Amino acid sequence: MENFSIKLKVWRQKNNKTQGKFVDYDIDDLNEHMSFLEMLDVLNERLISSREEPIAFEHDCREGICGSCSMVINGKPHGPLKGTTTCQLHMYHFNDGDNITIEPWRAKSFPVIKDLVVDRTPFDRIIQSGGYISVNTGSAPDGNAIPISQEDALYAFDAAACIGCGACVAACKNASASLFVSAKISQLASLPQGQPERDKRVVAMVDQMEVEGFGHCTNTGACEAECPKEISQEYIRKMNWEYHRANIKG
Amino acid sequence: MKLYFSSKIFQKALAGLSGGFLVVFLIGHLAGNLQLFIPGELGQKQFNAYALFMTTNPAVIALSYITYTTIILHSIVTIYLVFKSKLARPIKYHVSSGNSNSTWASRNMAFLGTMILIFLIIHLRSFWYEMHFGNIGFDKWGNKDLHTVTVAAFQNVYYTAFYILSMLMLAFHLSHGVGSAFQTLGLNTSKYKKSITYIGKGVAIIIPLIFASIPITLYVR
Repeated sequence: MENFSIKLKVWRQKNNKTQGKFVDYDIDDLNEHMSFLEMLDVLNERLISSREEPIAFEHDCREGICGSCSMVINGKPHGPLKGTTTCQLHMYHFNDGDNITIEPWRAKSFPVIKDLVVDRTPFDRIIQSGGYISVNTGSAPDGNAIPISQEDALYAFDAAACIGCGACVAACKNASASLFVSAKISQLASLPQGQPERDKRVVAMVDQMEVEGFGHCTNTGACEAECPKEISQEYIRKMNWEYHRANIKG
Repeated sequence: MKLYFSSKIFQKALAGLSGGFLVVFLIGHLAGNLQLFIPGELGQKQFNAYALFMTTNPAVIALSYITYTTIILHSIVTIYLVFKSKLARPIKYHVSSGNSNSTWASRNMAFLGTMILIFLIIHLRSFWYEMHFGNIGFDKWGNKDLHTVTVAAFQNVYYTAFYILSMLMLAFHLSHGVGSAFQTLGLNTSKYKKSITYIGKGVAIIIPLIFASIPITLYVR
């Protein structure tokens, strides 16, 4: 449909030192085949033409794999469509004349940098604390040289689908980062190459998550429902187990 | 290891383990309460003898102190965690999605726990305090007559309704708590997930239901 129009309520905040507020924008002449980000691009072009400050939002690949496009749309991280990032959300999922509220991720650990852009470097620091393999695993081995069951491969692959967008933190009522951290820990803990640093990794990453000030996991399952990659809570179970195990072993 | 005991995962495990102990306590308490179904003088004699045993046997007294400690530990740890989680999101959302995929109980464990704690205080005042420090009469076998105190309490429709409502709160609390404890301890593996879900829901329905049926029986009788 051409001439699609919506009423937006967008969080505007100059920087993390200033107070933010919602600003209303009526936007018409939209095409329903636009992605949500393209709709914001159109709005920004119009704002720039009228010498207003454009809305700051993060985006990069626009194909659902980078995890940049973080925003809460009508109370849902990445919007109403299940298993989808904001960039893959199209305007035909909305109706002509809809009211749409856009907010940034809300967490103390993710302070707003500007408008809808939040500082997600706590995730980088968690990865830096242990989300890697630093032992020498040699050059690329021949296919099937390292035996690994299909179950383990799929388990690790499903965890590896995490794009680190932070929707889990945004969705959780406690602003817990458990789903993200557990996906990264489980992915490496399930593969042979991850074994030498398995215990050290889980302790370092969970401890860093604590330092960053995220809330605790109360197993409500909201994160799994909002995750654009539909990462399962099973990985949080796995992280808990790994963390207790590593600490008890000492 | 140095951060283990201060980590929220460890504290959640403490909440889960203490909660698990309290479920075992509830089963024991419920088994004792079943004696209130026995009608007439036999019921009175049996229940009062049981009450005497429960307040004088050294092993039971030791166990009761462990239970008090566990209740206090469970409350303190969970209140602390709720407080910490409030700090993790200082600015709330303008539009809340209603948390898809999560149950009402899972989002309101602190409220449910607080209601159960209030119930517990009133419950202890009504029976535990009366048995230990109250000026209650004796039955004809010479034991403190807690049976008459209990039956009298549940002649009051408001008190009975409050008890039943509290059991409903307990049911919701357990419906999330049992499964959540297994998940926090890392035991909710795909192999046992289904059984744990059934056990959790079963415990949440059966325990409060039988507890609530006792005051209803006493009120009707």
